[in-house]
Amino acid sequence: MAKFANKEKKGLPAISTASLPDVVFMLLFFFMVSTTMRKGEVKVTVIPPAATEWSKIERKSLVSYIYIGSPIKSMQTKYGTESRIQLNDSYKSLNDIRDFIAAEREARNEADRAYMTTSLKIDKDTRMGIVSDVKQELRKANALKIIYSTHKAAAGDKLN
Amino acid sequence: MASKKVPEINASSTADIAFLLLVFFLVTTTMDTDNGLVRKLPPMPQSKQKQEVQQVNKRNVLPVLVNSSDRLLVNGEPTDISQLRAKTKEFIVNPNNNPHLSAKKMKQFDGLGNYMVSEGVVSLQNDRATSYQMYIKVQNELIAAFNELRDELSMQQYGKKYLLLLEDQQNIIKDVYPQRISEAEPKNIGGK
Repeated sequence: MAKFANKEKKGLPAISTASLPDVVFMLLFFFMVSTTMRKGEVKVTVIPPAATEWSKIERKSLVSYIYIGSPIKSMQTKYGTESRIQLNDSYKSLNDIRDFIAAEREARNEADRAYMTTSLKIDKDTRMGIVSDVKQELRKANALKIIYSTHKAAAGDKLN
Repeated sequence: MASKKVPEINASSTADIAFLLLVFFLVTTTMDTDNGLVRKLPPMPQSKQKQEVQQVNKRNVLPVLVNSSDRLLVNGEPTDISQLRAKTKEFIVNPNNNPHLSAKKMKQFDGLGNYMVSEGVVSLQNDRATSYQMYIKVQNELIAAFNELRDELSMQQYGKKYLLLLEDQQNIIKDVYPQRISEAEPKNIGGK
């Protein structure tokens, strides 16, 4: 009897959790370093089309974003559902693209300017007219490297 | 010794576990995915400079037209999007030396010896009312055609996929199959 009582009272030693915060912090730092903050909020709905031949953007810090799509729900009363261009945080017109590109260029250091890319985040239901206009403006601004943002599809998938 | 009790479960780590879960969801849910089709726009011609009209033989151009209701016309024939890739490849490779498909020229490459290089150009034109989705599909198929050709050649020459090659090998392959896709100004037939 005494034997049993003895065993029960001894119990298990507590597992040390002292290193757990360190592990989590390590993870946290990993994410802080490897991801970039999202710039501002997106005021247009963008569902990118699917593509199989995508490639990755190598240096995110050299990418400037242009969003095109119809305004989000809360903005529709004011702006309607017509596709709009968003630069930085607000709706802009075609004429602002050149200034935007110039400002983006100014913000980068000189050696990197040649590698700047413009990522076009365009909703799949947008008509090509506005896209062509934007492309034309980019040509005028001499921002020739572009990337059509797409959503990844595997090679065998049918694109819809 | 006899006074030792069963230790309570330490609850101070639950916060950390929750944190870990949070991180897990950060990873598994889609973040702002940054990938897409990389294209290069042609530079704007200088207004004063006389625009040089480049003479391209008609057989060397594969016209790909997309109309306002997203239908395709490749080389004058209505085509389904699923056939575009094969047609483009056929146009570029021209295995039977068809006089209606692109002409080829013998060229010398450093690590490859002589190879026939196509002079073909894909000319893409869309309407202003074409949907962006269709445009990307067409672009995707065209890029896929070139990527497949490059892959085939690199498999044959180096036994590896194009993307796994060394940079100078990639450059050779790129010279053999340059991605010649030119875009014309869109038409405006379908209205807005």
